[in-house]
Parts: sequence; C-alpha cells; structure tokens
Amino acid sequence: MDTQSGELAFGHDAVPASEQSERAKAAEVDDFIIRLVNMGKVFTTSSGDVVALDDICLDIRRGSIQGIIGLSGAGKSTLVRCINYLEVPTSGRVIFEGKSLGDMSPVEVREARRKMGMIFQQFNLLDQRSLLRNVTFPLEIAKTGRREAKKRAMDLLRLVGLEDRARNYPAQLSGGQKQRVAIARALATSPKVLLCDEATSALDPKTTRQILDLLKKINREMGVTVIVITHQMSVIEAICDEVAVIDHSHIAEKGPVSELFSNPKTEIARRLILGDENEEVHFGNNRKVRIVFDGRNAHEPIISDMVMSCKTAVNILFANTREVEGQAVGQMLVELPEKEEEAERITHYLRQRGILFEEVK
Amino acid sequence: MMGSQMVGMYLKETWATIYMTLISSAISYLIGIPLGVILVVTDKDGIHPLAPVHAVLGFLINIFRSIPFLILLVMVLPVTKFLVGTTLGPKAIIPPLIFASAPYIGRMVESSLKEVPAGVIEAAKSMGATNWQIIWKVLLPEAKPSLLIGAAICITTILSYSAMAGFVGGGGLGAIALNYGYYRYQTDIMLIAVVVLVLIVQAIQEFWMRLASFVDKRAK
Repeated sequence: MDTQSGELAFGHDAVPASEQSERAKAAEVDDFIIRLVNMGKVFTTSSGDVVALDDICLDIRRGSIQGIIGLSGAGKSTLVRCINYLEVPTSGRVIFEGKSLGDMSPVEVREARRKMGMIFQQFNLLDQRSLLRNVTFPLEIAKTGRREAKKRAMDLLRLVGLEDRARNYPAQLSGGQKQRVAIARALATSPKVLLCDEATSALDPKTTRQILDLLKKINREMGVTVIVITHQMSVIEAICDEVAVIDHSHIAEKGPVSELFSNPKTEIARRLILGDENEEVHFGNNRKVRIVFDGRNAHEPIISDMVMSCKTAVNILFANTREVEGQAVGQMLVELPEKEEEAERITHYLRQRGILFEEVK
Repeated sequence: MMGSQMVGMYLKETWATIYMTLISSAISYLIGIPLGVILVVTDKDGIHPLAPVHAVLGFLINIFRSIPFLILLVMVLPVTKFLVGTTLGPKAIIPPLIFASAPYIGRMVESSLKEVPAGVIEAAKSMGATNWQIIWKVLLPEAKPSLLIGAAICITTILSYSAMAGFVGGGGLGAIALNYGYYRYQTDIMLIAVVVLVLIVQAIQEFWMRLASFVDKRAK
C-alpha cells in the first residue's frame, strides 16, 4: 500500500493510519502464530556456498496443522530448524507471535524455544533417563519445581498412554512408544507450537497412524499449532490443513491440502501426490484421470456407480485409499475408455457428482 | 628368604602402588574431564565452536602425550620438587603421573562425549537448554557408561606408569620388580611383583566394567 491510500483511509474513517496498521498487525499476530518472511539459509562450506533455502515466505495459521513436504534434500529439515533458530537464517525473518527471532537476545530465543516443542525422526530421547525423567527434562531446563514437574510429566505420560511405564527406560520401548514419550516431552513446557521433523518416517504404517492420530488430538484438544515436516504425502493427507511443497530450496506451491490434491499446480506436487508407485504405471494408451477421494464420498461406491450410469468400463491403473478418522481418503488413477464420447461421459459424470479429479499424462 | 619381612615388603609396595594410582587418577580426572569437555564443546560442530581454543588445547595435549613417560618423569622433576617438596618416594611420582595422564584422560573423555548422538543435543537445544545445561544434564550423564569404560583403561594405564616410579626411587611394585629382578637377577621376587600387578589390573578392569554396565540403562 502506498502513502496516498493511507491518507485516504485517514480522511474517511477518521482513524489514524498508524493505529489502523497497529490493528492490522495485531490481527495478523492473532491469525498467524509464525511468519517466515523472505527467509533464506546459505551454508558456507569448504567447497563453496550451498543454498539450502531461498526466499521462503510462509504464514502459519494459529491452531492449524501445517504440512511441509518435499523430497529429501529439498531443504525442509533446515526450514523447520530455522523456525526455532536451531539454524539461524542468513536472510529474511522468522516472526513468532509478532516478534522477530532475529531481534531477540539469546535468553529470549531460548524462551521462545520453550514455546515451540520439537519431535524428531530418531526420537532423541535421553537413554540414561527413565521415561518420567525424560518428560521432566524440559521442565528441569526451565527450572520448574520438582513436584510440579513430576505431576505435569505424569499427566502427559497418561495423555500418550504410557503412564504405567514411567519408570522404564527408552531402550525398553518400541519405536512408536519412544515417539509418544518424545511427544509428551515436547509438550511438557505447554508449547504453542509443535514442530515435527519426519516424526513418523522411522515407524511402520500402523504406528504411524497412531502417532498421527495423537498429533491431531493434541492439535484439536489442546489448540497446539502443529508443523509437520515429511516426505510422505500420506502424512499430509491424514492430518494437515495446509501444506507447502518445498522443492530445490524454494516453496513450489502452498495452500489448503484439498486444493493441492484436486489441483496441483506444479510438477513436483503432482509427483509427490502420485508417489513413486505411479512411476510403474506406464501402460494404458488412453486418457487417464486421477480421482481424488476427500472423505465426503466415503460410503458411496463411486466407481461402480460411475460405470453403471455411464454404461462404459474403465481400467483402474492405480489406487491408494485409506480410512482416516472414519473417512475414505485417497486417490485412484483410472484409464478412460478409448472412445472419446464415452470418456466425456465419465468426466461429465464426475463433474456432476462433484468428485475431484484431474487429467494426467 | 620369603619370610615375613618379604611379605611386609610386598604389602607395603602394593599399597604404595595403589596409593599412587588412586591419587593420580583422581586428580588427573579432575583435570581431564574439563579438558575433554572443552575439546568437545569448542569443536567445529560442538555446542560452542571456538577454533583457536580447540587447536591450542589439542596441540598441548598431543605434546604431553607424545613424550615417553620415563622422560616426562625426569623433565618435570623441578616442578615435582616445587609441588610436593621432594623428588623421591611415592609422593614424587604423583605430579609426573598427572602430567602424563590428564591429557590422556582428556582424549578419552573427548571420545566418550562424542558418542552422545548429535540429535539428543539438538533436542535439548530445542527445549531452550543453555550450553551449561547441555554439558551437565546431557553430555556427561548420557556418556556415563562410556566414561566408566574409559576410566578402566585410564586407571590401568596409570597403574602401569606408576610401575616406572622405581627408576626415581618412587617405590611400589614396579620398584620391587626393578630392584630385585633387574639389578639383582632375583627373578622369583620380580615375578611375584608382576603377578600382584596383573591381579590389581584385573580387579580394576573387572570392577569398572561391571560398574559401567550396571549404570548403563540402554542394555536393560
């Protein structure tokens, strides 16, 4: 906005421009808990500079589950470490609750970190401490009283379903249990944000789902903003509201998850949505469509309905569907009939029924 | 020959060996642990990288470690005289033992602390831990089993160094072996001294390894 429009607003509403911008700023602070503004990170190595992140702009809505997806090496791990300043960005700003981390003193940065819990792919529990003392660890760091810390830790272990294991040590747990303890630990200081760095990548599919359900529960019930870093689109599908796709140090695209699924704008997003399995699908010479199940049509036999009402057959090339919180979520790659009019009938049917789909090459 | 006089001598010198080893080990660890911590903390991927400190300290440690103990023993005689007031007897062997073993322990501690996964340190940072808290609450406690295994090696090394005390009239089992076996060709007396040394080393090794596995919570 230029100064002229600012003056105009002043004349109209008789509210000083400065106060207006203050209000706007306050609203922003309220809406977005974290804002990344033109953030960049360059690593200086002996073999020259390596750009890990370039011009990252991302506003993370308070109370949302924000996904950040990319292939390995895209820069997503660096990005999440810039949010809590484990890595200091070399350009741009990280704004947490309206304050730039770059302007904070080391003490203030540590305080900000306590408001942002973090969990990791390798769990990173303290092997020589019992589960209880793992969960009280961040409270010890924050110099919380012993009894209060213990009470809080037991509450959190109860939340993650491991209260009866409080005296056990990490080595006695499975991967999924370790991640639960890590989540309890990350929540100990009552953070407003939970950063999850590939938190389910070392877990099997069933355990992954349990952990994702737990993260969703924490988000819904405790109002914690969750930031999920992953290379698996299934994780994004399962719990995220918004997603940003990182490719070669840039944000390739961002927006609501449903929008990305129904209408990916970039090649990388399409690749991530279809997954590597799709590379196997070379057969089929006709037009292909990717049908998206977004949960609304969980109990309807869409494909059979479509086949029956269009009176033509389709060839299912690839399907990937799962149930998330009682909803069918997933996608299917379907080869359309050879005859153009039959193919049109199908796409018309899908459009009419409001089923998300897009044509793929 | 093997009268009560001899038994008395063995007891006295065994005690001298244990005394020298324990006192030197304790003081060397008091110096060696901070050395190891500083080496790890100031390393380029440490929690507070400080290249000059790391380089200078590493260089000094390497110098002390490359001097053969017997030569070091002689070199530091003036320092020994200044510190303990004498250059003879078990007391006089303690300063050179410390000079030799503190840098050695520093390296052992460094390698133990480096075994703590970087991710665990990162997790502590993400909770807002200060570097002091990371050292006291993460690095040292998490490396405890490895530090104890290192201690078994260091203490037995100090014990074997202490056997050289005989050369400067320091006493101990090494002195018996040297005086009777080398100077007087009384092989039997030397062998008994060696056997006692072996038993002490075995005992120390066994005790510390058991302690290390007892405190290690990863194996249970």
